[in-house]
Amino acid sequence: MSLVYNEEQQQLDDSAREFLADRSPVSEQRRLRDEQQAEGFDAKLWQQMLEYGWGGIALPEAYGGLEFGFQGFAPVFEHIGRNMVASPLLTSIVLCASLVNDLGSEQQREEILTELIEGKRRLALAVQGQDRFRADNFDVQITDTKQGFVLDAQDLWVPDANHVDGLLVAGQLPSGDVALFIVDADTPGVAIEPLHLLDARNHARVSLTQVQVSAAERIGTGDIQAQLELAFDRATACVAAELMGATAAMFDMTIEYLKTRTQFGTTIGSFQALQHRAAWMLADVELARSALMAGFEALENESCSVEQRQQLVSLAKWKVGETAHKVSREAVQMHGGIGVTDELDLGFYLKRSRVAQILFGDSDYHCERYGKIAQQLSAEIE
Amino acid sequence: MNDIEEFRHTVREWLEANCPTSMRGLMLADEMVWGGREIDFKTEDQRLWFERMRDKGWFCPDWPVEYGGGGLTPEQTTVLETEMRKLRCRPPQINLGIWMLGPVLLEFGSEEQKRELLPPMARGEIRWCQGFSEPNAGSDLASLQTAAREDGDDFIINGTKIWTSYGDQSDWMYALVRTGPKEPKHAGISLIVLDMKSPGVTVTPIDLISGKSSFCQVFFDDVRVPKSQLIGEMNGGWALAKALLGHERRAMSKFSQISLPTHFSLLETLFEYLPEPQTQSDIALFQRAISLRMDEHAFELTQRRLNEAARARQDVSAMMAIQKLVHTEQEKDKFEVLLDVMGRRALGWEGSAFTDQQLALTNTWLNAFTQAIAGGTSEVQLNVISKRVLGLPEAK
Repeated sequence: MSLVYNEEQQQLDDSAREFLADRSPVSEQRRLRDEQQAEGFDAKLWQQMLEYGWGGIALPEAYGGLEFGFQGFAPVFEHIGRNMVASPLLTSIVLCASLVNDLGSEQQREEILTELIEGKRRLALAVQGQDRFRADNFDVQITDTKQGFVLDAQDLWVPDANHVDGLLVAGQLPSGDVALFIVDADTPGVAIEPLHLLDARNHARVSLTQVQVSAAERIGTGDIQAQLELAFDRATACVAAELMGATAAMFDMTIEYLKTRTQFGTTIGSFQALQHRAAWMLADVELARSALMAGFEALENESCSVEQRQQLVSLAKWKVGETAHKVSREAVQMHGGIGVTDELDLGFYLKRSRVAQILFGDSDYHCERYGKIAQQLSAEIE
Repeated sequence: MNDIEEFRHTVREWLEANCPTSMRGLMLADEMVWGGREIDFKTEDQRLWFERMRDKGWFCPDWPVEYGGGGLTPEQTTVLETEMRKLRCRPPQINLGIWMLGPVLLEFGSEEQKRELLPPMARGEIRWCQGFSEPNAGSDLASLQTAAREDGDDFIINGTKIWTSYGDQSDWMYALVRTGPKEPKHAGISLIVLDMKSPGVTVTPIDLISGKSSFCQVFFDDVRVPKSQLIGEMNGGWALAKALLGHERRAMSKFSQISLPTHFSLLETLFEYLPEPQTQSDIALFQRAISLRMDEHAFELTQRRLNEAARARQDVSAMMAIQKLVHTEQEKDKFEVLLDVMGRRALGWEGSAFTDQQLALTNTWLNAFTQAIAGGTSEVQLNVISKRVLGLPEAK
């Protein structure tokens, strides 16, 4: 285990860097936004990403996976963030495929996983209705009937749900237990409508009205909540990696601008007032990267307790989120007038970063979680 | 077994047999042995360990034998350092001369100077201090004004040096002086060495906001120093100063590895004084403290990543450059918030109304200000980062 890339991560880093910069630079995201497709991503690009094997990074070889472990997603999501690439990798693979792999029956795994890895099927996770994320909060009500189960929920925020084949729905039974179901998108009572967010990606409002599902569509039994929290932690780390890439890109753009923009007869990067702010940004970027690497390390480290994993993932999202916040504000300010125009790509980074900061818990949420666990762990020592 | 493994084996056996048990593990500030004319051993083990390592030449293992060193190859030196670390052997003595001036003398000193100055240094007989900063030359070190006027075979020194650590306990000083008053400021500086017992040298300790300190101010009043004690070229001292400061960074990091810092765990103190935050302001304070701990945690992880990246031979210049800035600024923030958490318990100066721990924490808070100024202020660090790492242009 390490805070620098291992061989597999290095290979993924090299291939993702080249492929995404070449095939899907920010101009592609601009095109998708201007064309206003509800799918919000390029289906051909998605297929190519899957041909690179990225769908199977953390899945068993038996279903066509690579078995690299979740650490493999760190470099991939970093380059996704650097190039502002829209894709359902987070939702269909990191969240849904992993949940099916962890919780599904042998039959469910065989039926679903290969299709997800090959892109023949696409899933999204419907769980969150509240304004601010909480891992222990469930907004889907489940009623247990003799024929099966009935799902009800209003106004869930589900990334990548437009044109999806099916939803994984997590909710609470009257007993308080958490249950997970796979629901076809065309099941009666499922309503999916586009939600236009400032990142111009595929987001949807999902409502479930008396949606009938059978026991065969239930995925897993036992402590589903713990597995969901693990899935959220994996997604949180991937979102943090995407934010890290976006932040690094904004930082690089800004340093480049400081070296080329002239005012008062000199490059503005020679002004100490800007130099010191730039140097502080570098310090935060380096600290954020260390926290991010530790978060990914904790996901795969078997000697790490659940609490330690949660703490390190929270540290990663918090530090990268805080740094993204600082760097995006400074990037716009240091670019001056051009920084607030749509012509400059910076706006795409700023807007997507805002969405990513909220996804799976903002800085305050993760700060609170880190503190609670720290206090709990310190009480255990005493 | 190849040669180096055989050497490792011999070294380990020797260390196991010769390093007393009480000379292993981290040490407190007052357990350090400083070499010098008036060396003070507090225990018999300290003396034994000092003499055994001295007789091996292992105070400076990689220096040539003819200058009192151990004559080891760089590879062997690494083996010795590694084995000492594994057994948690304390350094047998601490000596700025060996860490800082020695390497510069080896590179730039004349043959005579090397033969005269290095062997006593290598035996830990002379304690050295550094005369760089002046009251009007801090961050702008090159503007230093302490004058060395030529007078026959001697220099006559007049002026003052400040922030000289342990100036009052040192035997010799290496100092930057102005020998070229009409030259451009970087081109009129020379490096000299002088005996602190020379007539005209007076030393005054400096009290800080945190109380007593090791810092001194040194005054030179017509101090006569033979020209043979000029190191390197006349007016060529600035290049040597840069080399010395490079060694200072290495020495500082060595120093922090061996000494037990007055370390206060932010979380322990927080949970002790604010175990169950109830009011809005308590909760806000709690959260503020947690976020500072998270930043500190991210810094600790950065130190780990720096080591791992260096081992993997990756470019670590950015991570190196931010170390001092981030650490010293975080320390200030950390102690500020702990003062808030402890309330009136953090305001003690002395007396039995406060625990030693409380008094020490308050003192460390005051000391944190010094850390962000000494050894290159945070602003100097920011200048260095923006120019050397980010490549931003110099101001016109």
